[in-house]
Amino acid sequence: MEKSADGFKPKILAFCCNWCSYAGADLAGVSRLQMPSDFRVIRVMCSARVSPEWVIKALAGGVDGVMVLGCHIGDCHYISGNHRAKKRFALLKEMLGYLGINPARLYVDWVSASEGARFQQIVTEFVETVKELGPHHGPEG
Amino acid sequence: MEKAHISRSQKLAGDRQIRRQTAGFGNPARANCDLPRIGVFVCHCGNNIGGVVRVPEVVEYARTLPDVAYAEDNMYSCSEEGLSSIKESIVRHKLNRVIVASCTPRTHEPLFKRACEEAGLNKYLFEFVNIREHCSWIHMHAPDEATEKAKALVRMGVAKARYLEPQEEFQSDVYPAALVIGGGVAGMTAALNLANQGFVVHLVEREAELGGLLRGVNKVFPTYEDAGEFLAPLIQQVENHPRITTYLRSEVESVEGFIGHFQVRVTNGHREAEFEVGTVIVATGAQEFKPYGYYGYPMLPNVVTPLELEEMLKKGFEFPRNVVMINCVGARIAERPYCGRFCCTAALKNAVLIKERDPRAKVYILQRDVMAYGEHIERHYRRAMELGVRFIRYSLDRPPEVVGVRQAREVKVFHQLIGKELTLPADLVVLVTPLVPQPDSEKLSRMLKVPRGSEGFFLEAHLKLRPIEFATDGIYLCGSARYPSNIIESVSQAYAASAKAATPMRQGFVQVEAITAFSDEHLCTGCGTCVLVCPFSAIELRVGENGQKSWVNATQCKGCGSCVAACPNGAMQQRGFTDRQVLSMVEALVSS
Repeated sequence: MEKSADGFKPKILAFCCNWCSYAGADLAGVSRLQMPSDFRVIRVMCSARVSPEWVIKALAGGVDGVMVLGCHIGDCHYISGNHRAKKRFALLKEMLGYLGINPARLYVDWVSASEGARFQQIVTEFVETVKELGPHHGPEG
Repeated sequence: MEKAHISRSQKLAGDRQIRRQTAGFGNPARANCDLPRIGVFVCHCGNNIGGVVRVPEVVEYARTLPDVAYAEDNMYSCSEEGLSSIKESIVRHKLNRVIVASCTPRTHEPLFKRACEEAGLNKYLFEFVNIREHCSWIHMHAPDEATEKAKALVRMGVAKARYLEPQEEFQSDVYPAALVIGGGVAGMTAALNLANQGFVVHLVEREAELGGLLRGVNKVFPTYEDAGEFLAPLIQQVENHPRITTYLRSEVESVEGFIGHFQVRVTNGHREAEFEVGTVIVATGAQEFKPYGYYGYPMLPNVVTPLELEEMLKKGFEFPRNVVMINCVGARIAERPYCGRFCCTAALKNAVLIKERDPRAKVYILQRDVMAYGEHIERHYRRAMELGVRFIRYSLDRPPEVVGVRQAREVKVFHQLIGKELTLPADLVVLVTPLVPQPDSEKLSRMLKVPRGSEGFFLEAHLKLRPIEFATDGIYLCGSARYPSNIIESVSQAYAASAKAATPMRQGFVQVEAITAFSDEHLCTGCGTCVLVCPFSAIELRVGENGQKSWVNATQCKGCGSCVAACPNGAMQQRGFTDRQVLSMVEALVSS
């Protein structure tokens, strides 16, 4: 497995909820906070809408890393959606190993609408993590 | 009414059953009977996008994507010209899907959706691609990468657009009451304006009295009215208004819900109140920056802040002979880069007051720039100069120095224009500081899920187009909670915010986005998992011809999609966020 190959441009997917993390990403933009360009945001209304199936299909289909970013626990626009997401992805992380996917390729966290800088930090760090993991092609440790 | 909604949602769900296919990476099946004819409009946003992303290249790329019938770039897609071009193109090129690649859907989606509707296209056949906030603004120094990313984002948008379907919207009622947070001039004005229009208003103020910052002010600019005389009738009107309930010494503990129905809990530490409102206005104001550590504050008793000076003036203290005001203390510095906007005005006001009362007094204003814009302030600037107030420009490289041990005795300042140091006698030094955000604005921002800017003030939906509302529907903003605002500004913003809040309450309903969940009866096994996870009790199991099946009440459904992710059979889907739509985006991300 090649690790942190030079010139490796990872494909990273970020599922952001409309109310908090997407707005946080917008704020990062409005604040002109610079970050690596290797991630693409898909907007969903709530982190609870992110099907574990999507994450598996993305990782199995050639995406190198997936982020699921919701509202902070207690702040969900839909009362308890992020609680659901938290439980689901904790379970999925355990399952990924059985599927031959490094669980570190899935990152779940919370970003509020006012945390542009936090969005920048999370994205930058996860891009680094995935770069260190290297391209994802097939089963790994 | 209820029945009409049910039959409509059932009809939509029924239509869906025919079209539904298993989601996945399979061949894209046509979402509609019509072949998709996608139009892609890529915005330069002046230099905001076009200065980083090579927009014409993205347009060229879009033309190569499957089912894209037309693509063009616009200088400003949201301008009248841009919108007309979109509308004309829909007709001329028979477009049945529209993509605008520009800014954020959180501010501009309604505008483009309306343009689609005006051109006769169902607005749910529109897809937004964010290449400004999520691309050009955050990759400003990497034009190649930003251009590639913009192409990928457009490719993903096109992939999803092929599966978009027309939708019908529902109406949701709006409870005709408002919550106003903050009982300063802005909050009280907003509360009165709403109450006078017949709405119930809950006004929450943290302090023991209404009035906010103005309670500490001596005279108001530019009328030189007594601030107390200005405030008293306003407070009285609020307190005596039959439709306004005022909660003093109270704080908002939680706000949950949506435009139309927010559940609010307010507490004063002993007792809690719970009520429902349709809209929320944030008028929490700001506070004076206390310049600890600057120029001997607070060790030297005769070095004071503007509000402390106001307090002294109110108490009618004997004016000292020599007053030195230092402007821009703690403002326009790296740590706090903004201008306090009216600190100069306040300094001018008090300088004029002092000179008019005692012409022999010496008043110096040490400044870095004097913000004396417009008619009234400029006039006061001139008046102050005529009265003999002396303005001395200092620079941050050589800031003034307050000299004195137990109290300030003189101020040394390097006069930038004559290029030498002056020593000014000082019986009183006023450190003119800006307003800063309320320390707990972060807490409120999280509670309401509304953003704050880098300085910590609340951030409106759009700087120019939507200055007094948040991107979240039903929540509005006025006064110094946004940025330091003087009374005139606070009052007009309060009128604007309350007028905005009154619109949905007067109308009695809002259109609810058709992003609700729906269940495919053929796939549903009636297990009831969706019923368990729905936070809004919008789903129930109904027994019909084919046994027990889940059924979504679309008027209750808020569109979180939790049930969709939970459904073990893929029977539950969410309008606008179906598995097929999202997975097609994922697939498009992978294929490059």
